[in-house]
Amino acid sequence: MVAEFRDIWVYLSTSPLLHLTLTLSAYVAGEWIFERTGQKPIFNPVLIAVLVLVGLLLATGTDYRTYFEGAQFVHFLLGPATVALAVPLYRQLHHVRGSLLAISAAIAAGSITAVTTAVGLAWALGGSRTTLISLAPKSVTAPIAMGISEKLGGLPSLTAVLVIVTGVFGAAFGSWIIQSMRIRDARAQGLALGVTSHGIGTARALQLGELAGAFAALAMGLNALATALLLPLVGRWLWG
Amino acid sequence: MDIRFLTLLLVCQLIGEVATAWLAWPLPGPVLGMVILFGGLVIRGAVPARLSVVTTSLLRYLSLLFVPAGVGVMLHASLLAREWWPLSVALVGSALCTLIVTAWVMRALQPRLDKES
Repeated sequence: MVAEFRDIWVYLSTSPLLHLTLTLSAYVAGEWIFERTGQKPIFNPVLIAVLVLVGLLLATGTDYRTYFEGAQFVHFLLGPATVALAVPLYRQLHHVRGSLLAISAAIAAGSITAVTTAVGLAWALGGSRTTLISLAPKSVTAPIAMGISEKLGGLPSLTAVLVIVTGVFGAAFGSWIIQSMRIRDARAQGLALGVTSHGIGTARALQLGELAGAFAALAMGLNALATALLLPLVGRWLWG
Repeated sequence: MDIRFLTLLLVCQLIGEVATAWLAWPLPGPVLGMVILFGGLVIRGAVPARLSVVTTSLLRYLSLLFVPAGVGVMLHASLLAREWWPLSVALVGSALCTLIVTAWVMRALQPRLDKES
């Protein structure tokens, strides 16, 4: 009986099905915890799923390559999903009308601040080149940030985790910080949350209201586009 | 889910990947694909309903899609152990600066909106 179980385990651990199923299960569990705790940003489903999966892989002595053979089917969809982001971006574009200057100036300023302060602070504290590159796109939505990191010679998986932690931090403290600056305009709140904390910030902005949510979604899209267009050019010159 | 619009997404991505590789343009291929699709929507002036079905179902669980990559952080445990301090200071400091600068610029340029809540 024990030998049979081992045969099954050997079969499962080399088939993509097991790790694909584990990836989805860990995410479903993360979503469940997130919903159960009243959607607190700190209980981010992705963060929970990543922690659970890393724990499982370490506990069973499975290497990442084996895991990825199953998980790659999920990972592959990142590309088409990035293309699909054109639709929400197009839908939010009408918000630009009438305040084009203010919105583009705010997003541009936020975008530049996000990259320069992250790289500058890490550099001043002795961060390595790999760390600086992986950190630079940390406020950009994960699929695009990973693409930028990869193009520049960073570590996309480190970038993915930094992006999520930045999202969680901004979403958890963002609205409190903006309100302590006595800025109550929903547009400004949404833009700040979207530029800083991408999709996780947008979800938080939606809890504040529909207008804040729409501006956060717009800011997330335009920030991702601006960073993807400009950072690789600056990065090549800096780190090339 | 309409297979033609799923194909359209893949075609946009493929053009993006090929063009960026060919021109040695350091832009992620899927981002160029997004720009191409966006351009198409601007020209058309509306989102086809069946395209919307495909993109909504793909984006609904967008965050699931970066779980496999996130798990890859286990390969960089030693880097994290070595550089956790610059990483955490940069992350928190930069997020605070970005929040403040973005909200402040928006308010400075549109002060009349500040009365709304």
